[in-house]
Parts: sequence; C-alpha cells; structure tokens
Amino acid sequence: MSQLAPLSVAIPLLVAALLTCAGAFLPRLAVDLIATLTALACFAMTLTLIIHVGSGLEVYWFGGWHVTHGVAVGIDFAVGPIGAGLATFISLLMVLALISSTRGLDVKHPYYQVLMLTFLAGMVGFCLSGDLFNMFVLFELMSISAVALVGYKVHERAALEGGLNFAVINTIGGFLFLLGIGLVYSRTGALNLAQIGHYLAHSGNDRVVMVAFALIASGLLIKAAVVPFHFWLADAYAVALTPVCLLLAGAMSELGLYGLGRIYFSAFEPALSGHTGTLRAIFVGIGLLTSLWGGLMALTEDHLKRLLAFVTIAFIGVFLTGLGLLSPDGVAGTAVYVLADGFGKALLFACAGMIQHRLGRLSQSRLHGRARSLRLIGALFLAGGLLIAALPPFGPFLGKSMIEDAAVKVGYGFVPPLIALSSALCGAAVLRAYACVFLGWGEAPGRADQTDEDTEPETTDSHDRTPLVQLIPAIVLLAGAIGVGVWFGFADLAETAATRFTDVHGYLVTVLAASGHPIPPAASSSPAWYDWLYCGGATVAAVAFAAAGVWGRRYLPWGCRLTDAASRVLAPLRRTHSGQIGDYTAALTLGVGVFGGLLALTLL
Amino acid sequence: MSVYPYLVAAWLLGCGLYGIVTSRNYIHLTICLTVVQASTYVLLLSVGYVNGAQAPIYAGISERSVVVDPIVQALTLTDVVVEATVVALLLALILQANKRYGTTDPDRMTRMHDE
Repeated sequence: MSQLAPLSVAIPLLVAALLTCAGAFLPRLAVDLIATLTALACFAMTLTLIIHVGSGLEVYWFGGWHVTHGVAVGIDFAVGPIGAGLATFISLLMVLALISSTRGLDVKHPYYQVLMLTFLAGMVGFCLSGDLFNMFVLFELMSISAVALVGYKVHERAALEGGLNFAVINTIGGFLFLLGIGLVYSRTGALNLAQIGHYLAHSGNDRVVMVAFALIASGLLIKAAVVPFHFWLADAYAVALTPVCLLLAGAMSELGLYGLGRIYFSAFEPALSGHTGTLRAIFVGIGLLTSLWGGLMALTEDHLKRLLAFVTIAFIGVFLTGLGLLSPDGVAGTAVYVLADGFGKALLFACAGMIQHRLGRLSQSRLHGRARSLRLIGALFLAGGLLIAALPPFGPFLGKSMIEDAAVKVGYGFVPPLIALSSALCGAAVLRAYACVFLGWGEAPGRADQTDEDTEPETTDSHDRTPLVQLIPAIVLLAGAIGVGVWFGFADLAETAATRFTDVHGYLVTVLAASGHPIPPAASSSPAWYDWLYCGGATVAAVAFAAAGVWGRRYLPWGCRLTDAASRVLAPLRRTHSGQIGDYTAALTLGVGVFGGLLALTLL
Repeated sequence: MSVYPYLVAAWLLGCGLYGIVTSRNYIHLTICLTVVQASTYVLLLSVGYVNGAQAPIYAGISERSVVVDPIVQALTLTDVVVEATVVALLLALILQANKRYGTTDPDRMTRMHDE
C-alpha cells in the first residue's frame, strides 16, 4: 500500500513528461482529459493512502534503502494523516481546476496542462516527504511551476511583474531554506527528519541549530507569505489564471506552514522543546500581525482578485497563529480551518473567474451593479463571503473555534477576539464587494485599480453564459466548505491526526526503529459558548462593517469623517505594496533579521 | 574546518541581497540572485570539506582513505540544476518584458502601473 505514496508523485511527473513530447499532436480536449484523469488518479491514490494510514505513520524507503543499525541511509516518504490529507485536498482542487479549464480558457496546450501536473507533483511530494533536502527540491519544483503559471499571460504587464516578483522572492526563500539545510547537515550529518531529530534530542540547542532553524523557518514563511514576507503574494495571485488561483490560494500558501510544522515536529522540537513559550509567542505574534494586516488591506482593495489575495494573507496569519500554539489542539484546529477555508477561498476565486469570464473585468468600481443578472454566481459569492466570516456552524466556524479553544487552553486569551476581528474584516471586504458588484449598492473602495486596465479576458468562449465546467467546481467547493463543518466526527479525526503530527517521539520511533507507535484516538471538545459568541460576533461585525462601508458615508453623521480617517491611516500601509522588487527584498531581509534576532532569545 | 568559508558565504549572501534591493535592471537583478545562490554553494561545499582528503571516487584509491563528503556535493549539483531552471525562467520573463514594454528597469515597469 505504501507504494502509492511515491506513485502519486511519479505518475503526474511521468504523464507531464509524456504530454510534453506527444501533446502537440493531440487535440486540446484529449490533453485536458488526460491531465484531468491523471489528477483524478492522484486523488484516488492519496485518498486510498489516507484511509490506509488512518492515525498511523506509513514509511516508504526509496530503492529499498531501509534503516540499518538505527541510521537512516536512504530517502523516505513518511506519510501521516495530516500530510496525506493535505495531499488529497490538493489533488481534489487540481481535479476541479483542470475541469474548470477545459472550456474556453485561453491557454496553449499541452504546456499549460504539463505545468499544472508538475505543480501537482511538487505539492503532493512536499506533503509526503520525510527528507529535508527532498522537501527543498519539491518546494522548488512547485515554486517554478507556479511562477510559470502566474506569469502565463506574458502579454500583460501585471502578469509579468507578478511572475518576476514571485520568482525572485520565492527563490531567495528557497536559498535561505537551503542554507539552513546545509547548517543542519553540518551539525547532524543527516538529512532525514527523524535522524536529525534523533541527533538533536541528544545534542540539544546551540547557535548553529538556532541559525539553521531561523533560516529554514524564514524560507518556509516566505512561501507562506506572512508579514513582512507577504508583498509578492498579492501581486502574483491577482494576475494568475483563475484555475491556478484555486490551487495557489487554496493550498500552496498553506504548504509553507505545513512544511514548518512538519520540520519542527520531527527535527527541531527535541532541541527547542525547552523554549516552547518563546517560540509560541513569536509565531502567534507574527500570525496575528499578518491576519490583521491582510484583513485591513482587503478592505481597501478595489480589484477582486487582489482583494481575495489579501484575504488569503489574513487567513495565513490565522493558520500560523493556530500552528504556532505548538499544541495538538492548535494543529487540529488549523488542519480543519485550512481545509474548510481552502474550499471557501477557492470558491471565491472561482466566482471571481466567472465574473471575469462574463463581464471581462475585476475592478469593483467598473463592475458596480453590472452583475445584477448573475444571480447564481452572486449567491455562491455571498455564501463564500459568509463562510469566510466564520458563520456558525459551517466548516470555517469549526476550525476557528478549535483554534480559539486551543489558544485559551495555553493561556492566550487575547487570541480569540483578534482572529475574530480579522475574520470580520475579511468577511466585510468580501460582502461589500458583493453588495457593490452584484447589487450596485454603495461605492467601490478607492479609485479604480490599474491592474484591471490591462487585464484581458482569459477565456475565449462566448461570454453570454457561464459554462457548466466553471459552475460545477464552484458548487463542489461550496459543498466542501459546508461539509467539513457539518460532518459529524471530522473534528475528532483531525484531533487524532494532529496528535500524530505533533508526536515527535512516535515519529522518530516509527521511522528509525520501524516499530509502530499507536496513538489513542483523541476526542475534540465541542465548541464552547464563547466560540459561538466570537464567530457569530465576527459574522455580525462583518455584515456591520460591510454595511458601514456601503451606506456609512451617506447615512451616518460621522461616516465621512470616519472613512476618511480610516483611509488616511491605511494609506501608508497601502503604499508599502509598491510592486517594487527592491522594496520587497529589503523588507524580506529586515524581516529575516528581526525573526532571527527573536529566535536568538531561545539561546538566552 | 576554519570559519572563513562561512564568512565568505555570509558576505556573498549580503552582497547579493544588497544588489537585488538596489538593482535598476532585471538582468542585473538575476545575476545578483545567482550571487546569493553562490553563497549556498560555498556553504554546502565547506560543510563537507576535509583538509587533505581526496575526491569521493573510490577507483584507484584505498577504501580506507579519507574523502570529502559526497552528499553535500550531490546537494550542490542538485542546487545548480534547480537554480538554472529559475534563472532560465526569469530571463524568459525579462525577455518578454523587454519585447513588449521596452524596459528592463523594475522601477519603470512599476511606474507604468501608476501612470
């Protein structure tokens, strides 16, 4: 059964290679069909894998290089429930993305499909890998495929610029990751995560280990796009083709955090476990900053896809907060939230794609009221907005309440109100966009976005109707986001999976001693009263903020002064998103320095 | 192993980042990126270096002789391959930028956005 793990990476790569050679002789439909079937096969394999793995950990050694004398000499895939679950989710998103690109999307076959398949292979492999250097290679594979997909529409200035920024910043991130790997190797002589953990459990923390962890974490946080590494994300996600956006927003950003969690809870936890408090404070601090920054920026954004990109950043912040609690409960909540919210964000991007297809624009001020007749898309968009605002009792509510409970449990009582505020800001941004675009209420925020000027339609089909291949994936995504919340017992599964994910001793024993290390099934507590209060409050606040944005200037006596003051306060924040790669790199360098300095506290 | 290779790696990293921050030309910027990359080569190779050791090829030398670590050399090679791809991709995008907008200056690209 464990052979399925390498196959789910090898098959997309192999098909991609074959399509590169033979695809030019095949009609577009055949290439689409082959690519979709490959993604579907990948989905079936990862789904089988997760059912087979259960709450255990399945290790596959490449080429039969098993552990000898307790030393890992080979390269392994270590498949746990969280990694396999994420891989399954990614494959599902890829199936939907490929289905939605079959009709009308203006791309050249087979290159587009080949890039999508290598992207899939990189992401799935990253989820399953148990080897630090393999993680780097797969990380680069997915980054390069994603850059090519973001910069796909080379005739647009914004796409070129977004692709270049994405490529340069992520490559720097990759180098920092690699420098960290080199330092870890110099200390431990190992690249296998379990082997590194085994060594560091004995040698403990020192300067080299700390610098290595700082570099690796920075590299992964750049990929995840937390403040102040987040600038590239809005430029890149705003210009990507819609099916690519589903993958980028739904899963790729989260993979940076998954990698951080995987590496911490196997290799570094043994050395840094004495400093959990410091690390928790650092990660939660960065997470909260990111979530609020993203939420505020989303409110000021006119371009729909850019708005959703900032929503993505805000949620990355919340996920980092959940993961950064460094407790099984926090990880479980994050896992549920990533899944539910991934569906929700992908749904919103799919709606933006349909609006772009029908009306040829993405700027709210230009779309003002023009989407009135698109009732079904409007309903989907509204549902996405409410889900983003954590409307109880659906998926995002469940995930968020689990994170809140975990935060309260470790004594971080200030976390729930702040992430509720972030959800409210994001929800308000999406709901106001709904009111503006679909109902024609209120005004668009700020002036028309320039990115929209040179956005050309990405579809060639008739623009009079929405193709079913775009509509059906959106409905599936909505069902996913709702289903995660109402599926009884899902929270318990996530809790068990998270216990496995954070069980460092079990990981080391299973990989190095090949002995199973069963864990008892964990039960999640049902949402507490204050979860209902915070999430319900977030939804109400989102509606209220949106209403204030729509009618505030006209009906509230101090509405004008308030919105003017808000835009004056937010203007400097907006200006930091200059689009200039030099500024972004300077912020990145500064961020890595500050982050490393904070981590140096663990040495004191 | 002396500390100098690590200082060189840190210096290259700093130089490359400074170059990227201040660059006024995308091609220059790409080269600065490869300078950052050079720091990873220096670091990886110096991690595995052993004074007076031989190349890790066991043909013609005794199996007991000291060799430098082949793993980091394999890592460096992989790194070269990965980054060649990135540079090729970047140059392809820059070529398009120059062809369509007649500029390789990041600032001018961005200013077109504001005008």
